[in-house]
Amino acid sequence: MAQEDKENIIDQPEVLRHKMVTVEIAGKKYEVPEGITIIKALWYSGQEVVRGAGCLGGFCGACAAYYRTKDDPKVRTCLACQMAVQDGMSITMMPPFPARKATYDIRTLKDPKQDLFNLYPEAPLCRNCNACTEACPQKIDVREGVWKAVFGDFKSVSEMFMDCVMCGLCTPVCIADIAPNLVALYVSRAQGAHFTEKPVGLDIRINEIQDGRFNDEWTKLLKMNEKELTDHCATVK
Amino acid sequence: MDIHALQQIVHQTRDARRKQTFSKLSPADRDQLIHKYHPDFRESAFRPLRFGPNVGDKTAIELATLLEGDSSVTDGFDLTPDYTTDVLVVGGGGAGCAAALHAHTAGAKVMLATKLRLGDSNSVMAQGGMQISVAPEDSPVTHFVDTLKGGHMQNDHQLLKVMVEEGPSIAKWLLSLGVLFDRDGDGNLHVKKGGGSSKPRLLTCSDYTGLEIMRVLKDEVLNQDIQLLEFCAAVELTSDENGNCTGAIFKDLDNHRNVVVAAKSVILATGGIGRLHIQGFPTSNHYGATGDGLCLSYRLGAKLVHIDTFQYHPSGAVYPEQLIGALVTEGIRSEGGHLVNAKGERFVDELDTRDVVSASIIRECEEGRGIRTMSGRVGVWLDTPLLDVAQGPGTMKKHFPAMMLQFERFNIDISKDPVLIFPTLHYQNGGVKIDTNSETNVKNLFVAGEASGGLHGRNRLMGNSLLDLMVFGKRSGLAAAARAASMLQGTLTVGHLKGFRAEAKKHGRVSGVVSPMILPPYTRKE
Ligand SMILES: Cc1cc2nc3c(=O)[nH]c(=O)nc-3n(C[C@H](O)[C@H](O)[C@H](O)COP(=O)(O)OP(=O)(O)OC[C@H]3O[C@@H](n4cnc5c(N)ncnc54)[C@H](O)[C@@H]3O)c2cc1C
Ligand code: SF4
Ligand code: SF4
Ligand code: FES
Repeated sequence: MAQEDKENIIDQPEVLRHKMVTVEIAGKKYEVPEGITIIKALWYSGQEVVRGAGCLGGFCGACAAYYRTKDDPKVRTCLACQMAVQDGMSITMMPPFPARKATYDIRTLKDPKQDLFNLYPEAPLCRNCNACTEACPQKIDVREGVWKAVFGDFKSVSEMFMDCVMCGLCTPVCIADIAPNLVALYVSRAQGAHFTEKPVGLDIRINEIQDGRFNDEWTKLLKMNEKELTDHCATVK
Repeated sequence: MDIHALQQIVHQTRDARRKQTFSKLSPADRDQLIHKYHPDFRESAFRPLRFGPNVGDKTAIELATLLEGDSSVTDGFDLTPDYTTDVLVVGGGGAGCAAALHAHTAGAKVMLATKLRLGDSNSVMAQGGMQISVAPEDSPVTHFVDTLKGGHMQNDHQLLKVMVEEGPSIAKWLLSLGVLFDRDGDGNLHVKKGGGSSKPRLLTCSDYTGLEIMRVLKDEVLNQDIQLLEFCAAVELTSDENGNCTGAIFKDLDNHRNVVVAAKSVILATGGIGRLHIQGFPTSNHYGATGDGLCLSYRLGAKLVHIDTFQYHPSGAVYPEQLIGALVTEGIRSEGGHLVNAKGERFVDELDTRDVVSASIIRECEEGRGIRTMSGRVGVWLDTPLLDVAQGPGTMKKHFPAMMLQFERFNIDISKDPVLIFPTLHYQNGGVKIDTNSETNVKNLFVAGEASGGLHGRNRLMGNSLLDLMVFGKRSGLAAAARAASMLQGTLTVGHLKGFRAEAKKHGRVSGVVSPMILPPYTRKE
């Protein structure tokens, strides 16, 4: 098994120390090992986690949470599966927030840039407080995105929000009742469906398949016995 | 020694390594390597199933226990339906969303029930991309051949041909819904080269491919008239007197009530098994990847295939401790990142198939050329800074923003420091056996996505899963919807449990567990 060479060892402070820290979860104090993620701290403190955990990899946004570190008045946001606990931390998971999602058929929109104002009439009412940007654990400039959406720069919005995990942390803070992530999702989809070039090569390939361009190759390949197929596969590099 | 001191060898040997070329292993050498070091070949970790449709077939002990497990549904259970629908989709990942959308478009009444929230799944985490042969120099036939080679020639030819041929039209569908695939300067879809593929074929949305596809599909499900049941876990299927599938029983995880759904067909899209931690491996999978669909299908008599093979992704994070098992995307190796042992040497063609690369990493570590952490974990380096060195500063940031951010949260800059990695349990190669309509041998029971088996043979090629989800999600949805139009709802019974329980009893109810697992038991008991 692993080599015994003592030189070749990484010391990880959080493992070496085995130090317990006190954290406050939803107002109650618990002792948990320092440095584990908030979700692991929930499990460690005996809580059954159903809501509040999804991918466990920082992609699904199910684990949106608020936290405050010791003696700091500032309440911050994070993805609980990606945040390590430290002594004196206070943590609360974000409850589901009843933001309104507009419904639409993205493919049949006639004027997507104008439709934004029908679907999300609150979008142009942004009051520039910047709370959404400060709340975003993905470090997206959310406020800027809302403005760009309103001014019709859909392309920039779609690029800025590629990192958006739809955690919704930007919505409860908005004083104008905008759900910036939902606005951005609509805008990004419209950008993809309506304002992005159609790839010519893709249609050519679809037609080739429909026209049976590969039929001879298929017939040959599917008639091969196991040995012939293996040999043939070996020739493709 | 601290991590920075140990990383120096990677920086010191970088220039020399860049001049080195690696020749591919011969088929015989690959086989030997895999047999010696791949976890699938650790005999003691497997056992034959004692009863059921796959009696005598070997599978991982963790999975065997659940497959032979008992149902939570007892005699006298009230099977009056709470809901009635044409098509019931179970699972809210990529396969489930695709199935629901296509069944809905085809005119069926659709319900989608899922264990967590819609989209909380493995699908959102796919970073590497989706294989579709769109490049002029590529073709569906080449895609077929590459996949076959990757799958050790064990793939179901029919399923595979369907998948590679329908790929391009799937890309078109996703584009029409607004998915933002990366483009070349001329507007064509940009393709990247993936491990085990002879041609560049990976469509990507930077390193958020799964997230981008899922954001769009989720939104689309919510825009349509598809009934959604979140936080409801399927715990049993129902059958009529002929053993055909007629619906499912759920447990509402919020209020612990049972929910019975009558459906003309059921599509299980419940995903993989990573959270079973087979052989104690960490995993890249989501919280609900507990193989539930396999247990449900197996009890109803559906045959499984290739359940003795699992995919260990070569690059699971080993450091920092918080990211254990999390994926370090293969894209980094696709772009030339080296794997480096403690001596500063490369030891494998980084773009070989996953089983080969994983086996070689395990070999390095078992033979003492790994880097060990104090928590007893071992790994090798992935030279991430090499990308900025080779392609210019900012490459990592631009091509792998998700990856960079994940490590940044723990104050690690992977464009400057290499990452310590070890194989992580990633994918269930096999699953429930299906035909080209995604139907199992149990009538009206469809299985789509990672829960199904046969398509990928004994090793899935990177990027083929996302395509699998879309193609067989679609096929199952369309087939189920077409069926619904011309049939009556069957009766709801759990008659199939009688036979299953009798078998279990004959074998002394050795398993002793109730399955499916639903969620892994991570909560610490006093
Ligand atoms: C980190 C990571 C990266 C990956 N990268 C790539 C990649 O780059 N390219 C690629 O092609 N593939 C990739 N894969 C593989 C691919 O993402 C998965 O195989 C695929 O997403 C599986 O999709 P699915 O819809 O079958 O299952 P999932 O997406 O896992 O969805 C399963 C759904 O079923 C639900 N469910 C489970 N059990 C029950 C139950 N009992 N009742 C109700 N609902 C239930 C789950 O909660 C979930 O919503 C990756 C996988 C992981 C984990
Ligand atoms: S934009 Fe909003 S929903 Fe998206 S990641 Fe940031 S806070 Fe979360
Ligand atoms: S929180 Fe609302 S009002 Fe404030 S900047 Fe963001 S979108 Fe505008
Ligand atoms: S659980 Fe998905 S982002 Fe944390």
